[in-house]
Amino acid sequence: MSEYLVNIENERLSFFTPAGEVKALNDVSLHLREGEVLGIVGESGSGKSVTAYSLMGLTAFPGRLIGGSLQFNGHQIEKMTEKEMRKIRGNEISIIFQDPMTSLNPVYTIGNQITEVVMLHTSKNKQQATERARELLTLVGINEPQKRLNQYPHELSGGMRQRVMIAIALACEPKLLIADEPTTALDVTIQAQILELMMELKEKLGMAIIMITHDLGVVANMCDRIAVMYAGKVVEYGNTDDIFYNPSHEYTKGLIRSIPKLTEKEHNKLIPIEGSPVDMLNPPAGCPFAPRCRACMKICLREMPEYTDITDIHYSACWLLQKEEFERQLSQKGDA
Amino acid sequence: MMDNKYLVEVQNLQQYFPVAGGKLFEKKVVKAVDNVSFGIKRGETLGLVGESGCGKTTTGRTLLRLYEPTSGKIFFDGQDITKANMLPYRQKMQIVFQDPYASLDPRMTVGDIIGEAIDIHHLAASKKDRQDQIISVLSTVGLNSEHANRYPHEFSGGQRQRVGIARALAVNPQFIVCDEPVSALDVSIQAQVVNMFEKLQEEMGLTYLFIAHDLSIVKHISNRIGVMYLGKMVELADSYELTFHSVHPYTKSLISAIPIADPETSRKSKRIVLEGDVPSPVNPPSGCRFRTRCPYADELCAAQEPEWKEVSTGHYAACHHLDKVN
Repeated sequence: MSEYLVNIENERLSFFTPAGEVKALNDVSLHLREGEVLGIVGESGSGKSVTAYSLMGLTAFPGRLIGGSLQFNGHQIEKMTEKEMRKIRGNEISIIFQDPMTSLNPVYTIGNQITEVVMLHTSKNKQQATERARELLTLVGINEPQKRLNQYPHELSGGMRQRVMIAIALACEPKLLIADEPTTALDVTIQAQILELMMELKEKLGMAIIMITHDLGVVANMCDRIAVMYAGKVVEYGNTDDIFYNPSHEYTKGLIRSIPKLTEKEHNKLIPIEGSPVDMLNPPAGCPFAPRCRACMKICLREMPEYTDITDIHYSACWLLQKEEFERQLSQKGDA
Repeated sequence: MMDNKYLVEVQNLQQYFPVAGGKLFEKKVVKAVDNVSFGIKRGETLGLVGESGCGKTTTGRTLLRLYEPTSGKIFFDGQDITKANMLPYRQKMQIVFQDPYASLDPRMTVGDIIGEAIDIHHLAASKKDRQDQIISVLSTVGLNSEHANRYPHEFSGGQRQRVGIARALAVNPQFIVCDEPVSALDVSIQAQVVNMFEKLQEEMGLTYLFIAHDLSIVKHISNRIGVMYLGKMVELADSYELTFHSVHPYTKSLISAIPIADPETSRKSKRIVLEGDVPSPVNPPSGCRFRTRCPYADELCAAQEPEWKEVSTGHYAACHHLDKVN
């Protein structure tokens, strides 16, 4: 067993569309220890959801994993068959989707949908499973759980539905919970309730969470570590404080500069990242962020930089850092 | 008549929509906007925030008479336009919609989308003039002349929103309702569009009603902000006053619920997490509509609707227990 609960190494995944190959993930490496919360941020199409879904073996057609190793809790995910995968999915690893309106089945009752998971993965009978379902609903803070068991999703509000989704995901006390934009479809006050609930449950059950979001506010609040993705690459990885207070990739810096801050007492102009997101069918050669980067150099347009370690945990892929590193080594040599 | 301090003003605006359901022949209504009054000064940006279903979009649309108001009055530049023929006013009052994917006709070129507005108001003297106007408005929003011959699907989300803005600007309006203009865009693109709105305002002296649910963006762009809850305005103040010295319990919890993109601040700050969900606007609670989720609510709140009063200069709120809350 490795020291990590999740260890993704050099994952490459492509979608073979009629228009050509889209390299959705290009050499993605990520890791996560037990009980940690990892935030994955990036814009739409940067590959944050695809990474997490592939960990559950949920890559949609025409996508295909073409390389790399995905380790989770002692399993080698990329080598597992669908049948083996089914035993883990919903049991050791589970997921909450973005839109609670569409991810619950409208023709089954809430009780039905929770007991299904419990009965599939444990030896509980129907009655015990219903008991467990009631427990779970209480756990996620739904009042009158007995009544809710017999209700259909359309009878519940958005926030309630998301609580039911969480109850389903936690039914077997998974080691890892993937939350794919769990609060994007919800209002701010409801978002606050759900985030609070997730943190509370994490403390109680000790699971690890991968939080996928584009909201930097949400990750600042919840995560221990953050991976910033851009065009199918992890461009920077580090502790939450590293990313916010010592960002080293130009994209991360740009992202932090471009959001308005509620706590600011004067009006400062926003500094946007110029240009448009990458066309993944025709990605630029070299660093994918180079065409939008303020500090773009010639080499950036030609070659993708290697990762530079900034601390033990914090690393980033940018030629500027490579340059600094090189200059530092040169000056050290000079001193010697 | 009214004084001309405001370019746009609404008084006791009500917008009720009939809904299906209930017993046979029983008529039910959703009070989407209920007795809302405010004014927008010339050259100012008024922000409107609130959760989904609070009536902010309906307010913006009713104000342009895209919906006929149930009651209340709307003034533009001192003229009562509640019952007026809107065609001449449409040239002065425009709107930018939320979803740049749905608000552009996929079968028209960008040039035609913009040109249509110019044609309706007969703003072009000749074909050449029309073309020049289209190109000039495209360049105002950071697109170029070759974009005029393309179709909406050929653009990215941010560019499409620029087309939506160009269409609004084509008739040289004085006032634009911006209805969630950046919420469908990626974070890195949002800042581009927000900056463009600010630049256009400086250059052309535009007046905005900026509707969004994201308070940090609204605070950034607005001079004053109104907060809505279930069809009612609960607080209205200067944007800094509202963010740092809000008095209404709903505004306070709304502000504290926003996750702040700064780990240190967010570790220190204490959140007021509201219990429960927003009630249905078909059956709003009696008295103060916020009382079902308000930590300070008592019998008075259930019995009586709170009065809209000025708590300090230019700062209005509607709450029975302002002294208890603050």
